[in-house]
Amino acid sequence: MSIEIRHLTHRYSEGSVFSTVALDDVSLTIQDGEFIGIIGHTGSGKSTLVQHLNGLLKPSSGQILIDGQDLHGEHVNTRALRQRIGLVFQYPEYQLFEETVAKDIAFGPRNQGLSKAEIDGRVRYAMDCVHLDYDRFAEKSPFELSGGQMRRVAIAGVLAMRPSVLILDEPTAGLDPRGRDRILTMLEELHQKEHTTILMVSHSMDDMARLATRLIVMASGKVAMTGTPREVFAQQEKMLSLGLDVPAAAQLCRALREKGYDLPADLYRPEELREHILRLRQSGSEGRDPVAE
Amino acid sequence: MLNDITMGQYYPVDSPVHRLDPRIKLVDTLLFIVAVFLAQSFVGYLLLFGFLYGVTRLARVPFRMLLKGLKPLRIILILTFLLNLFFTPGEKTLVAFWGIRITLEALRQAAFYSLRLAFLVAGTSLLTLTTSPVALSDGIELLLSPLKKIHFPVHELAMMMTIALRFIPTLLEETDKIMKAQMARGADFESGNLIARAKAMVPLLVPLFVSAFRKAGDLAMAMESRCYHGGEGRTRMRVLKLTRNDGLALGAMLLLIALVVLEGVLL
Amino acid sequence: MQQDMRILLEDVSYTYEEAAAPALSHVSASVRPGEFVAVLGHNGSGKSTMAKLLNALYIPTEGNVIVCGYDTRKEELVWEIRRRAGMIFQNPDNQIVATVVKEDVAFGLENLGVPTDEMLPRVESALAAVRMSQYADSAPHMLSGGQKQRIAVAGILAMEPSIIIADEATAMLDPSGQREVLETLHALNRQKGITVVWITHFMEEAATADRVLVVSDGEMVLTGTPREVFDQVDRLRELHLDVPPMTALAADLRAAGLPVQPGILTVEDMAKEVDRLLCPSKSAT
Repeated sequence: MSIEIRHLTHRYSEGSVFSTVALDDVSLTIQDGEFIGIIGHTGSGKSTLVQHLNGLLKPSSGQILIDGQDLHGEHVNTRALRQRIGLVFQYPEYQLFEETVAKDIAFGPRNQGLSKAEIDGRVRYAMDCVHLDYDRFAEKSPFELSGGQMRRVAIAGVLAMRPSVLILDEPTAGLDPRGRDRILTMLEELHQKEHTTILMVSHSMDDMARLATRLIVMASGKVAMTGTPREVFAQQEKMLSLGLDVPAAAQLCRALREKGYDLPADLYRPEELREHILRLRQSGSEGRDPVAE
Repeated sequence: MLNDITMGQYYPVDSPVHRLDPRIKLVDTLLFIVAVFLAQSFVGYLLLFGFLYGVTRLARVPFRMLLKGLKPLRIILILTFLLNLFFTPGEKTLVAFWGIRITLEALRQAAFYSLRLAFLVAGTSLLTLTTSPVALSDGIELLLSPLKKIHFPVHELAMMMTIALRFIPTLLEETDKIMKAQMARGADFESGNLIARAKAMVPLLVPLFVSAFRKAGDLAMAMESRCYHGGEGRTRMRVLKLTRNDGLALGAMLLLIALVVLEGVLL
Repeated sequence: MQQDMRILLEDVSYTYEEAAAPALSHVSASVRPGEFVAVLGHNGSGKSTMAKLLNALYIPTEGNVIVCGYDTRKEELVWEIRRRAGMIFQNPDNQIVATVVKEDVAFGLENLGVPTDEMLPRVESALAAVRMSQYADSAPHMLSGGQKQRIAVAGILAMEPSIIIADEATAMLDPSGQREVLETLHALNRQKGITVVWITHFMEEAATADRVLVVSDGEMVLTGTPREVFDQVDRLRELHLDVPPMTALAADLRAAGLPVQPGILTVEDMAKEVDRLLCPSKSAT
C-alpha cells in the first residue's frame, strides 16, 4: 500500500492569534514495504505528520492519497481507509483499559466488527508478533505486567487490526536497553517476514541505522532531508546544523577522514568501520604515513 | 484551547479591580449578594446595575463578558420568569387565555425575581473574571483561616484546590491523547445512542483514572521528598497585603448597601 | 573515614510488602562529598528502590542507610535528611505542585518554614542556577519536559542540599531535554560541589560520571570508573546492558587481533587509538 502526501500544510488553532504552522507544504511518497525512519526535534512536525496519515488530524490544505484514494475525499470511506493504517502513539501502554490482555488486544478487531473466531485468531496472531506467549499472558490483567510488556500488549492491540502500514511514534521511549531491543527485533521481523510497511519516529540514530531503509529528517514543519541512512548520515554538517547527531560510527568515520585516512565518506555501521580499520592496518603495516605532508 | 479552560472565566488584563486583594473581592462579592437581597424595588436594581456597570468598566472587562456568564443559566432564568408570571396571584389582569390569567403583580414579580438571579450570577462572574483561580484559592484560604481553630482543614482544602488547578491542563492533554489513541483502534466516541456513547467512554475513562491515580501517587512521593508535612509550621512566599484601594473598594460596597437600604426606606 | 562519606549503604536489603524476593539485597556502597556517581541498571533492577532509600522514602528491611551522617531509620531525622538529599523523579509532570514556576520552586522552602523575606532571593538564585529565570512567572504546563525537570532541580536547589538524587530524571525526555538536565546537574556538581547520584539506564549518561555502580537483580555487580566498567564488554552484554559503541568497536577490533588499549569510551578516544595503531610515528610526535 502506498501513501502519497501532496502539499500538506497544517496549522494548529487555525483562525486564532495563537495559530502556528506545524507542517508547511510537505510532499512525500511512501512505497510499499519501506521501513521509514522519521527524525527531528520536538516541535519539528513529525508527530503532526504521522497523525495525518490515519486521518486523526485533517490537513489545513493539501491531500493524503492512500493507494491513490484521497483520505478526506467525498465518496471515500475514511474509516475503512484509516483502519489499514495502524498508529501506535507515544507511551501506548497508557491506553490499556480492559481486564485481560486478550480483551484489550481484541478491542480494535471488535470495532472492525469481526466474528468471534476471527477476533480470537487476530489476538493470537498479534501476541505472536510481539512475542507474548498466549497461554501465559492472554488472561492476565495488563496492569500486572512490566512496562515493556505493557507496551508490547499495546502494540499488539494495533497489529490485531492487521494494518498494511504500521506507524509508531517513539516506540522505545522510556524503555531500558532490554525492552528496547525486544521492540526493535519485533519490528524488524514484522518488516521482513510480514512485509509490513513501517514508519517509525525516533530520536535514536543507532536504532535508525539498524532498521530504516529510508530516513526522513523533519525541521520546522518541512522535510529537511530524505534518503537512505547512508546518504543522510554522510551529510554530517547538515545534520549538526539541524541540531541532530549521527551514529557514533559515522562520527568516527569523519574524524578519521579528517586525520587523512583513506575511508569512504559514508560509513555508519560499526562493522564497516571495523573492516576498514583492519584493512588499513594490513595495508599500512609498512608504517606508511597516511597524511601526505 | 486547553489554556482557555484552565483559566476558567479569568479575563487577564491589568486593572485596579484585578489588582485588588482577593480577600476584599470575595468579601465584596458576598456584600453585593446581600445588597441584591436587600433591594426591594426597581430603583434599587437601577443602583445595583449602575454599580455593576461602573466596576466592569473600571475592570476593563467588556460588559458582554458578564452577559456571557448568564448564558448557561438562560433556561433557569426563563423558567423563573415563566413560573412567577403564571403562578403569582394578583388583581389587575393584563391578559387572560386558556384559563390562565396574567396579572400586573405577576409580571412585576417575574421580572424582579429573574433580575435578582441575573444580578447574583453577574456579580459572582465579575469576581471570577477579575481574579485568577490561584489568587482566588489563596483568598479563600486566608478568609477561612480563623476556622483552623475549630480544626477545619483550611490548609488541606487550599492545597487541594492548587493541585487541582495545576493538573487540569495536564489531564486534559492526556484525555486528548488517549482519545486519539483509541480512535486509532477504531473507537467511536460520537455516534450511537446515549447508552452506546456512555459505553464508548469506558476505553477513555479507565486509562484516565489509572493515570490520575499514578499521578497522585507520584506527586505524593515528590511532595514528601520535598519535606511536605501538612500546614503546620509552613510559611508562604506570597503574602497578601491590603492597600488603600482595598479600603476604597470595601467602602464603596458598604455605600452601595447603605443606598439600597435607604432607597427601600424612603420609597 | 566512613564519617566523611555523604552516603553510606551498609549491607542494605529491601523487600517490598507482599514481594517474595528482595528488590535490593546486601548492597554496600559509599559516595564521597562532591562525587558524581551513576547507578546503571535495567528497569526492575533495584536502582529506583535504592534512590528511595537514600531519601528516607523507604527504610531498609536490613542494614543501614546513612545520609550526611544521619541514619534514615531514625524517624525524627527524616526532615533533616530530606532537606539535605533532594530528589528529582522520572515524570516531569508529576512532581510540580504549583501553578506558577516560582511558587513551585518555593514549595520546599515553605515546607521548611523559611521566613517570607528570605524566600524570594533563594528562589531567584535557584532559578538562575538552572538558567530558568525568565520563566519565573510561567505556568509549568507550558514548558518543555527538560525545562520542567530543571524547575524540579531548582526547587531542590533552593533548599540548599548537599546531595541531589536523580531517579531516571531523563527517561521521558527528548535528546535535547536529556542533555539540558544532565548538563545542569554536572554544572551544579562542579560549581557548587553538590554530590550527585544519577540513576539511569542510559549508558551514555553513566559514562559522564566520576564513578559507575551497576545493579542487576537487586545486587551490585560492577563498580568503578566509567572506563573500568565499560571495558567489561562481555559482562555488560551478559547483563543486557548497552556498551558505548566505541568501547564495543574496540572490543571487536581486539577480538580480530588488534592490540587496542583498554579504556576507550568516546569517538575521540577511538580516533586517537586508531592513530596509535596505524601510524606509530605520528602518535610519537
